[in-house]
Parts: sequence; structure tokens; C-alpha cells
Amino acid sequence: MKVLDEIKPAHNAPIPEAATRNACKVCSPLGAAMVFKGIQGCLPFLHGSQGCATYIRRYMISHFREPVDIASSSFSEDDAIFGGARNFEIGIDNVIQQYNPEVIGVATTCLSETIGDHMIGMIKDYQENHKTDGPPLVHVSTPAYTGTHSDGYREAIKAVAQHFAKPCKHKKPYLINVLPPMASCADLRYLREICRLYGLVPVMLPDYSSTLEGESWDQYNRISPGGTPVGRLEQMGSASGTLEIGHQPAYAKESAGAWLESAHRVRKETAGWPIGIRQSDHLMTSLSMLSGRTMPKEVEAERGRLVDAYVDGHKYISGKTAVVFGEPDLVISMAAFLSEIGIRPIICATGSKVKKWSEMLAPEIEDGVKDIHCMSGVDHAKIKAKIAELKPDLMVGSSKGFPISKEFNIPLLRVGFPIHDRFGAQRQLTMGYRGTQILFDQIVNMMMEVKQTRSEVGYSYI
Amino acid sequence: MKTETIEVLKDRSSQIWEKGKDQKLACDRKSLAGSVTQRACAFCGSRVVLYPIADALHIVHGPIGCAAYNWDIRGALSSGPQLHRNSFSTDLAEKEVVFGGEKKLEASLLELIEYYKPRAAFVYSTCIVGLIGDDVEAICKSVGRKTGIDVIPVDSPGFKGTKKSGYQAACEAAFRLVGTGSTVGISKYSINLLGEFNIAGEAWMIREYFEKIGIQVVSTITGDGRVNDLRRCHGATLNLVQCSGSMTHLAKLLKDHYDIPFKRVSFFGFEDTARSLYTTVEYFNDPELTLRAEKLIHEEIAKYSAELKKYKKLLKGKKAALYVGGAFKAFSLVLALRNLGMKTVLAGTQTGSVEDYEQLKDICDEGTVIVDDSNPLELAKFVLEKDVDLFIGGVKERPIAFKLGVAFCDHNHERKTPLSGFEGMLHFAREVANSTLSPIWQFAPRRSQFNKSFSVPETISKT
Repeated sequence: MKVLDEIKPAHNAPIPEAATRNACKVCSPLGAAMVFKGIQGCLPFLHGSQGCATYIRRYMISHFREPVDIASSSFSEDDAIFGGARNFEIGIDNVIQQYNPEVIGVATTCLSETIGDHMIGMIKDYQENHKTDGPPLVHVSTPAYTGTHSDGYREAIKAVAQHFAKPCKHKKPYLINVLPPMASCADLRYLREICRLYGLVPVMLPDYSSTLEGESWDQYNRISPGGTPVGRLEQMGSASGTLEIGHQPAYAKESAGAWLESAHRVRKETAGWPIGIRQSDHLMTSLSMLSGRTMPKEVEAERGRLVDAYVDGHKYISGKTAVVFGEPDLVISMAAFLSEIGIRPIICATGSKVKKWSEMLAPEIEDGVKDIHCMSGVDHAKIKAKIAELKPDLMVGSSKGFPISKEFNIPLLRVGFPIHDRFGAQRQLTMGYRGTQILFDQIVNMMMEVKQTRSEVGYSYI
Repeated sequence: MKTETIEVLKDRSSQIWEKGKDQKLACDRKSLAGSVTQRACAFCGSRVVLYPIADALHIVHGPIGCAAYNWDIRGALSSGPQLHRNSFSTDLAEKEVVFGGEKKLEASLLELIEYYKPRAAFVYSTCIVGLIGDDVEAICKSVGRKTGIDVIPVDSPGFKGTKKSGYQAACEAAFRLVGTGSTVGISKYSINLLGEFNIAGEAWMIREYFEKIGIQVVSTITGDGRVNDLRRCHGATLNLVQCSGSMTHLAKLLKDHYDIPFKRVSFFGFEDTARSLYTTVEYFNDPELTLRAEKLIHEEIAKYSAELKKYKKLLKGKKAALYVGGAFKAFSLVLALRNLGMKTVLAGTQTGSVEDYEQLKDICDEGTVIVDDSNPLELAKFVLEKDVDLFIGGVKERPIAFKLGVAFCDHNHERKTPLSGFEGMLHFAREVANSTLSPIWQFAPRRSQFNKSFSVPETISKT
């Protein structure tokens, strides 16, 4: 390739601070759309310009490789000036006609929030004007200028719980609500399985494990089969407990779990994203508290094999350093896991602006965060600068880290969202002893590969 | 087999036609709310068109989503700078939405320009900026004065329309650079190649053809684009417009202001590539150029014909559906598929005009369904009704095909294989054949010889 001329950063110029360069986040309506995809028969609807829906569809399709239909009210210039009520009505009518959905999940966009469209009023008007048995319209407010995709995800969970949960005096002892972080389809299936092993029936919100990783079809399904049915969501108030997974909701002022506790007296248990032995132990303890049962034999055996693998593999990884980047919940747990296997997560970075980020990380990381760079609200340019300075041995995060991984020749373990340069992201298991085993093997193998390929000897045994 | 019937929305029925039936065409409309259009917004249109200008700074003025979703999204290659592959955004927060984002935009521009030293900067307005009333033009002017480079506003709030209005805004923005550079050293046999985005290096292949023939390519707009090429492109004798949807407006501006004529071309498929080269040499009317073009075309076709024949034999009679952005690509695809012995049974575009669709109708076979601004359900409906073997489209169409056990060829801007020119036709044939003829389809429920899912015969399961 002929190089005609070069544009290279002027190294003496001050580092740009005002603009975001290669963001480590996307926008909140995407998170809401993910939650809506986890409800049976639900079609997500974004109130705003059609580009928002199209971009988010494309982005989710490149990760999940499944149909992702998201409707839009397709604002024009007039609607931006006079309000989007008319387009909202036409849009909802058309969605009902085409898709016959059981639920419509309405999320706002920057545009409709800024012009001040009164969503609740518009939904009420629509339902009053159409006195039919139309599908319920669940609404969540998701202007992108107030948060990231993970905020949109958590907000939507809360909005759906608040919309559907019915009060119930008599709690069902076996029924629990499970509110997972933005994890893979395989992780969601794992959570369901582990609950059942403890004799619990989970109401998963969301459960996109089938809608975003479905079977091959013999007919076209207007809405991908799967997801938690509305009937189940209505029972959230009668559950005996809520298992809310992820550190963020544990620190949030009012999470969905906290709301269920205060409004419906459903006891809340929290656990971090269960990666690693300590965090998985925490999950199992929570499940024991909710079920009154001890750890099932097969789970105990998985744990035992993982401990054995830690021992077998530790010499290949001990003393290595890593950078972890992505959504807060994943970064905290991944850093905790790395620290327990002897890899120092020297950079823990998230694109979300998290208050008390280092305080959240400190108790989870072995030996605390004194030597750790805890970066919140940062972009990939800032993460890259820190990587250039500290040269870690391993990168852990989404596909968005690839340009940095290539430039500095540091292997990248792809986890989280989005993964669009590798295959199978939707079935990547990270949770529990089983998921940890897979991650541990991957990390050991990556370090082995580095050792083997970077040595001139060509060792056959490592 | 249980099949859900998919009904077309009443308000969309006039945008679907079948060749042979006498129906009136409707198109060039804004998308129907709730229809789940495959189109994006005006902002997206501007962003994709200017994206390949590799030595310019592209900054999106708005909240983060707009910039994040198109970070390094296009396969538009650059032979030099890679600045365009970054994503810059003012990432507006709530306080800026309330109090205005001008300060943040100005600070962002000044810092980024000092740091990256781009040749020019493009500032894309998003929905929010259109509403909060930031004076982007004034900021651009002021930053331009301070930094000494052209800082160009692109008026592209998403609600302004579909991708098409974004294309227009992009052409207006690019045109601001035209005429500001020297045209010294430009041959009388010279062209600009408009609407060629150098996906997977396609512009380089086409450029080479013209250089071999003896025609100078002043600039490819915008593939492997440079600010200085745009500045001097008004020195070219002729403009060739490939992606007509996005670039006809710039061609018209160049005609009106600099009296440069333009011709529509396509470099996809043997037929269209050859025709485009002949069209160009005919214009210059120099027998030597014509001779060289003939020689090149014959040599190139001879190089790939044998292997193509092999694929034609394998693909003969297969049925294809295509849904693409612009109409010119659709024309070329219909012809190229025919060359492979395949029949197009469904053809659609996001942004075609009445004339486009008339032409598409002309070249399609009887019974072909033609759709304008379609959606996933309609596309699925016709894939099933026409029982297609192959779908040609982009990432958003891929799962529709795959879920129904239909082969797929990516012909969007994310493709990694060059499909242009004579050699590109071979790549295209290969890609179509590799997907269509894969043994995996035997397991897909719609295609399955086991008829749906596998089950153990009762006699065995009882033992």
C-alpha cells in the first residue's frame, strides 16, 4: 500500500480533553431495547428519529446475529417542531397491525426528550382513543445525554417491573426474581439452570436467551420466540426474593430490586456478576439464603474442578498484568476474578461516569486498589494512553479494544458487548464455576500462545 | 408446515409492485412510522458519504450514540492517513443540552485540530443540535480563522429526512472545498470518480484501469479521499458518478459551477464495467484511448471467464433476492446475477426514484417483485413466497435470510472483499457460490431432508 502522506498526532500538542475520542460506551436506548427483547412477544419502539432504531438494530445484529426489529416513530422536521404525538399514534398502530405484539416497549430518545414530548400522556391518550384490548405499552425514559447503555438497561428493568408487578400478600416460597446484568444468552440460561438446581423457579427480567440466540426457523416469526411472559412478570410481586446481579444496582439509590423490596416487600439479595470463585461463591450463598438449600453436589464438583485448574494453571499467569474495560458491572467482577488468579488488573476502566468508582472496586480486588488505575467516564483514547504507559500483558473487554491490541501487540480476551470481530459472543459463558473455568482456560492459553509464538525456539511443550 | 401469513401495511402497498402487473409506482416518500424501515437517518447519510476522507477530522456534535454506532464501520480503505477510522464526538451531557453546546464544540475542535493536524474538519450536526440552536456555522468560522484550516459544518440532524437528505448535506459540505486548489498538471483526459468509496480497495482497482488506458483520475470522491484532491477536482474534464443516490447532487453542482459534464457509471459486473469504460473513452474520442480500453477489457474478461463459467454451471437456475441502498447497484446486480445463470425474483432499494424503478422494471424478468423502502417482514414474506436461494443485502438483512435457510452475500459498505471491476465479478461469483452451495442448508428446517427436526425412529428409541 502506497503511503501518500501521513496524518500523525503532534506529540508536543496537549492531549485533547474536551471531545470524546472512541467512546467506551453506547447510548441508553440500546440498553432499553435489550431488556424489551427479553419479554415474550415484545416489540421495542423508539420515539424519535428513525436513525436511532436503525443504528441500534445494526449494532445488536452484528453482536447477536439474530433478527432485531425495533420500530421508530420516524420523526420529520415538523414533528421535531410540533411534537411527535401524531407519529407516535401512527407508529403504534402500524406496529400492532404488522407484529401483533403482546407488549410494546417504548423508549424515548434524545430528540423526543429534548422537545419535551410527554410520553406518559401520549400513551394514555393512545389507550383512551383505542378502546380495544391492545397490548400494554411500557415506557422508559432514556435520553442518551444522561447515561450509557448500561443505565438504559437498568432503567428499563425497573420500568418493566414497576409496570407489571402485582401486589400479593402470600409469597410463593419457590419463586424468585432474577435481574441479571447485560450478559450473554448463555449466561442467562446458566442462571435459570442454577436456580432450578436450588429448587427455585426464576422470573428472569430480562430473558433474551432465546430471542437473541434462537433456533433455525421453519417459518418466519414476526417476533422471535422466547422471553419472559407478561403473566410471569405480573408475579414478581409474589416472589419470595429478588436476586439482583451486578455491583451497580447494589450501589444505586433505587434499583429495581430495591423498589420490589419497598413496594412489594420482596426480599432483595445482591451478588456481583459471578465470575471467579469468590464471586460465584457469593452467588451460591445468595441462592442458599433464598432457597434454604445447600450447594448441590454437581455444583460443588464444578467448583472443585475449577480450584484444581487454578492450581494447574497458575504458573503460566501469576504476576501478569491486565487492563479491563467496559460496563461497570463486568469490569468490577472481571477485575476481582483476575486478582484472585494472580493477574493484577492494573487498569480498570469504564465509559460510564460512576461515582465512587475506586471505592466500588477496592473491596473486590485482592489487596485493594492502591496500585490500580481506576478510570471512570473515560474513552478509548484515554485507556490507550494508559496502556501505552503501563504495557499490560493482557487486555480484557469488547471488540472495541482491537485497534489498541493490534498497535501494542497485546492479546485481547473478548468479553462483554459488543463483540463483532469474533464468532459466538451470544453463547460465551462467563458465569459461575463453569463460566469461570472457560475464561480461565482461555486466559492461560492466551499466555501460553504468547510464550510459544514469541520464542524463537519453537517449543512444542509449554 | 405452519406458516404465519404476513400482511403488508395498507399505507405501504403502493410501494410494492410486481413486474407484469399494471400498478402505479409510489416512492421517494418519508418512511412510515412503525413500519420498521431499513433506512437510517439524515445524519447517517452525511456521515457515510464523507467518512472516507482520510486526512480530515470528522467530529459529531451531539450525544454519544450518533458517533459511537459508526466508529470504524465502513470498509473504506485509505492508502495513507487513518484519521477517519476514529470516532470523535462532543458527547453532549444534560447541562450542554440545557445551556448549549457551543463552548464544548469550540474547545473540542481547537484541541483536536492542534493534536491531529488534519487538512480540514467536518462538523456533523445531530438532532439535538438542530433543536438547542447552537450556531455551528459561527463556531466553524471562528475555529477556521484560529487554526487556518477549513472547518465545515454538515447540516445533518437526523430528523431532516432519510439518508438522502443527508447525502445532499454531505455534497454541499464537500463542495465548499472544491475550487480552492491548483489545477496545474491535470491532463485533458481526466476524470473524477464520484460515489466510489474504496470499499475493500475497489477504487484502487478502477483507478488502475483508467491509468492503463491513459486517463488521469484527479480524485475519487470520497474513497481513499484527500482534502487536496477535493480542492482541485474542478480541474477534471469529466465526472463519472457511480453511487448515483449519494453523489448526483455534487455532480450537478460541479456542472452548474464549473461546467463539467457527468455520466452515470457502474463498475459492478463484466457488462457494466466494460460499458462504463467504453462510455468514458467515447467521451474523449481519441482512437488510442479506445484501443487501449478494448485491449484491457478483452484481456481482463479472458482472465476470469473460464472460472466464471464453472460457477455459472453450478448456480444456474437459482433464485436471488436483493435489497440495497441505491438503485444503480440494483441494476448492476440484476445483470451480474443473470450472467451467473441466476434469476432475480425480488429487488428493492432504500432510496430509488421513479425513473430508477422504471429502469429496474425494464431489466427485471416478469413476475419479479420490486419494493421501495421495505422492512424485515415484507422482505421475509417475499423470500418465502418466491422461495429464494440467495439474498444480497447488508448486515440488517442477513438474519432474515439466515433464519429462513437462505444463502447470503454482503454487498454493503462493510464488505471486506472487493466486488468491483472484472476481478470483483469473480469474487462475487465465488462468494455467491460458497454460500448458496454450502452443504449446511440440508440441516436448516426449511430445507431439511429430515423434514424439520431430527428425531430418533421409534423402533430404536424403545430399545
